Amino acid sequence: MKGLRGYVWIAVLAMVALIAAGCGRDEDKGSSSPGITDAEIKLGGSYPFSGPASAYKSIRDGAKAQFDFVNDNGGVDGRKIKFTTLDDAYEPPRAVQNARRLIQQEKVFALFNTLGTPNNLAIWDYVNKQKVPQVFVATGASDWGEDIAAHPYTIGWQPDYVTEAQIYADYLKKEKPSAKVAVLYQNDGFGKDLLGGFEKAIEGSNIKVVAKESYEVTDPTIASQIRKLAGSGADTFLNITTPKFSAQAIAAIAKSDWKPLHILNNVGASKALVLTPAGLDNSKGIISTSYFKDPEDPQWQNDAAMKEYKAALKKYSPRSNPNDPFNVYGWGAAATMVEALNNMKQPNREALMDSVRNLDTEIPILLPGITVQTSDTDGYPIEAMQIQRFNGDRWELLGKVVQSKRQT
Amino acid sequence: MSAAAAAAGPSPVERTEQRLRLAAYGLVLLIAVAIPFFLGSYRVGQFTLVLAYSVAVLGLNLLVGYGGLVSLGHGAFFALGAYTSAILIEEAGLPHLMTVPIAAAVCFAAGFVLGLPALRIRGLYLALVTLAVAIAVPQLIKRFDGLTGGTQGLNVAQPTAPGWVPLADDQFLYFLTLVLAIPMFVLAANLVRGRTGRALVAMRESEVAAKAMGVDLARLKTSAFAISSLYAGVAGSLYVFSIGFVAPESFPLTVSFAFLAAIVVGGLATIGGAIFGALFIEFVPIYASDVSDALAGVIYGAVLIAFMYALHGGVMGVLRGTGRRLASRLSREKRKEPLDEPPQPNVAPAASDSPATRPPTITGS
Repeated sequence: MKGLRGYVWIAVLAMVALIAAGCGRDEDKGSSSPGITDAEIKLGGSYPFSGPASAYKSIRDGAKAQFDFVNDNGGVDGRKIKFTTLDDAYEPPRAVQNARRLIQQEKVFALFNTLGTPNNLAIWDYVNKQKVPQVFVATGASDWGEDIAAHPYTIGWQPDYVTEAQIYADYLKKEKPSAKVAVLYQNDGFGKDLLGGFEKAIEGSNIKVVAKESYEVTDPTIASQIRKLAGSGADTFLNITTPKFSAQAIAAIAKSDWKPLHILNNVGASKALVLTPAGLDNSKGIISTSYFKDPEDPQWQNDAAMKEYKAALKKYSPRSNPNDPFNVYGWGAAATMVEALNNMKQPNREALMDSVRNLDTEIPILLPGITVQTSDTDGYPIEAMQIQRFNGDRWELLGKVVQSKRQT
Repeated sequence: MSAAAAAAGPSPVERTEQRLRLAAYGLVLLIAVAIPFFLGSYRVGQFTLVLAYSVAVLGLNLLVGYGGLVSLGHGAFFALGAYTSAILIEEAGLPHLMTVPIAAAVCFAAGFVLGLPALRIRGLYLALVTLAVAIAVPQLIKRFDGLTGGTQGLNVAQPTAPGWVPLADDQFLYFLTLVLAIPMFVLAANLVRGRTGRALVAMRESEVAAKAMGVDLARLKTSAFAISSLYAGVAGSLYVFSIGFVAPESFPLTVSFAFLAAIVVGGLATIGGAIFGALFIEFVPIYASDVSDALAGVIYGAVLIAFMYALHGGVMGVLRGTGRRLASRLSREKRKEPLDEPPQPNVAPAASDSPATRPPTITGS
C-alpha cells in the first residue's frame, strides 16, 4: 500500500514538473486569422432556436439562404461561406458559452449577426478581447455604435432603437401633437433603449408619457400590465415588445374597451408571427416602421431583389415562410456581410473590420432610398426608416423614408 | 462481513480493494492534471466548469445523500455565491481569490437561515420551502438591479495567468479551480468519515434513533444546510471565474434540478460521485442539443432515465461493485485461496462497510 501511495505521489510530482517546465499550450497568435482559407470562410452565430424568443430563428434561415445562394454562385472570391449557428435560448450565459465555443472550438473567422441585446452585451467584452469581429449583431440597441473605440470589433446593422423611437416621436408630433402615451416595454437593454429614446425625443413637445409598465422576457403573460395601461386614460399605446408579447398585447387590447392609437415597434411587427396569431382584424390601424421590403406588399411583386430572395429561400430553406419578415431581415444582413467580405483587402480580421467600418452601399432588399453607410466615426450602418400602417391585410408604407437626426 | 473478520482487521480482499481505490484516485488526479495539456481551450473551459459544478454537487450530496435532507434550492446558493464574487470583483475591485472565502461565508450564513425551517418540517414540505427560495432568487436579482445589473447581468473580469506562470489563461484558470476544488473534496471526505458523517447518516436512517444516541439534531440539521450552502457558494464563485458573466437567467430552477440529478447520477452519499455528476450535467445537455436543437430537452431526459435504469447506485455504485469484484479476483489469483464471501452485486456497499459509505435508502430504487 505504501508503495502504491508512493507511485501516486511520483505521478503527481511528475505532472507538477511538467507544468513548471512550461508546457503552456501554443496559442495561435500572430499568424493570419483563423477561420479563413482560400476555399472557405467560417462564420458563427448564436440564436434562440428554443425558448421565448425562438421566433427569431427565421433570421438564421434567411441568412443561411443568402450564404448558400452566394456559395452556389461562386462564393466570395472563390471562398465558400460556412455559417455555424448554436442555440442560446435567448439566455445570455448560454450566449457566452456559444461565443467561446465558436471562437475557440469551431475557430470561426468572425461572429455574424449574434442575436439579442443582453446576449451581445454579455459577450462583447470577451469577443473584443479576442479581437474577433462581432459584426451586424441582430439587435437595435444604440450601444453598438456609441463608443467605437471601446469595442472596435462590434457593430450593429439595423436602425437602432433610438433612431426608431425618434421616428415614432416625429410621427406623433405631426399626427397627434398632444398624445397621452402609455408604454409597455421589455425590462432589458432593448426596452429601456427604445423607451429612453422616445422620452428624449418628445422632450419639449406636448406629448406626454402617462403610464409605463414593464415585463420580463421570461414572464408567461402581460395581461395585468395591459389592464393597468388601459386604465391610465392614455390615447396612444407604444408597444415595445418582442413577438410573443406583441401578439399578446394586441389580443389583450382587442378584448378590452381601450382603443388607443397603437404604435408597435419594428421588432414585433411581423404579420406572420404576431399579427396573424393576434387576429388580423385586431391589428388593423397599427402603426410601425420598416426599412426593408415587405414580401407581401404588391408593389414589390416584380422587384428583382424580392424575386431573387423568394426563389433562394424556396430553394435553400423550403420549409420557411417567405412572408416572414425575419427571413428577409436575415437575408439582408447576410447580403451586407457578403458585401463587406467582398470589400476585404486582405483575408484577415482587421481587414474585415476596415471594410465593415467603410461601407457605402445599397442593399437591394432594403427600401429604396436607404443606404448602408459607416465610417470611422459613424457606427450605425442603417439610420433610416419609413412609417407603415397595417390595413387589416398587409402593411402599407406611408410617406417617405425618414433619416434619423443623428446622421449629420 | 462477520464480526470475527472485522476484529481480525481488513481481509486480503479488502486490502486489494484499498489499493485499487488508491490507484483510482491517482489515475483521476493524473487525468485531472493532464487535461489542460491535451485539450483545446474551449474544452479546458468546459472542464473548469465541471470542477466548479462538482463542488456544488458535492455539497448537495452531503445534505441529501448523507443527511437525507432534500433541497431543491441549491441553485439559489450557487447564484448567491456567484453574485457575491461578481459584485465584489466588479464593484469593490477585490482580487478574485479573496472573494471566494467571502462568498463561502455569505452562503454559509444564508444556508444556516434556510436550515431553520428544516428543524420543524421535513420531507416534501422542506423540499417545497427550498424550491420557493430557488424560484425567488432570480426575481430578487432583477429587482436589485443597482447592485446586480438586473436582467442585463454583470460582466466580470476573469483571472488571468500572472507573468511568471508559463500557462495560457484558460489553463491557469483550470488549475486555479482545481487547486480550490481539491481541498473541498478532502474536507468533505474527512467530514463524512468522522463524527459529523456518522451523525448525518444516523439522522438519515432514523431521527429518533439518532437522537437517542445523543445526536443534537437541531445543530446537525442547520450546520448541514450551512456547510452544504457554503459548498454551493464556493462553486458559484468558481463558476463566475470560469464564465466571466452572471445574469438572472444563469440560475433558473433547472440549475437546482441539475445538481440533484448530478448527485443521483454520480451516486448518493459518495464523495467521488460529484465528479461524474458534474461531467453529466455539463456535457450531456450540450451533446443533446448538438444531436437536435428541437429535441435537446427530450434527449437529455431520456439519457437521464437510461442512467437511472442502468446504473443503480450511480456511477460510483458501479465503480465500487467493479472494484470489489476485481479485488476479489486479484486476491484469489495471488493467494490461490477461496473467497471468504461471494462477490456482491453492483449495488453492494463499499467494503469498508461503515454506514457513512452505504447508499441511503431514499433512492426509492
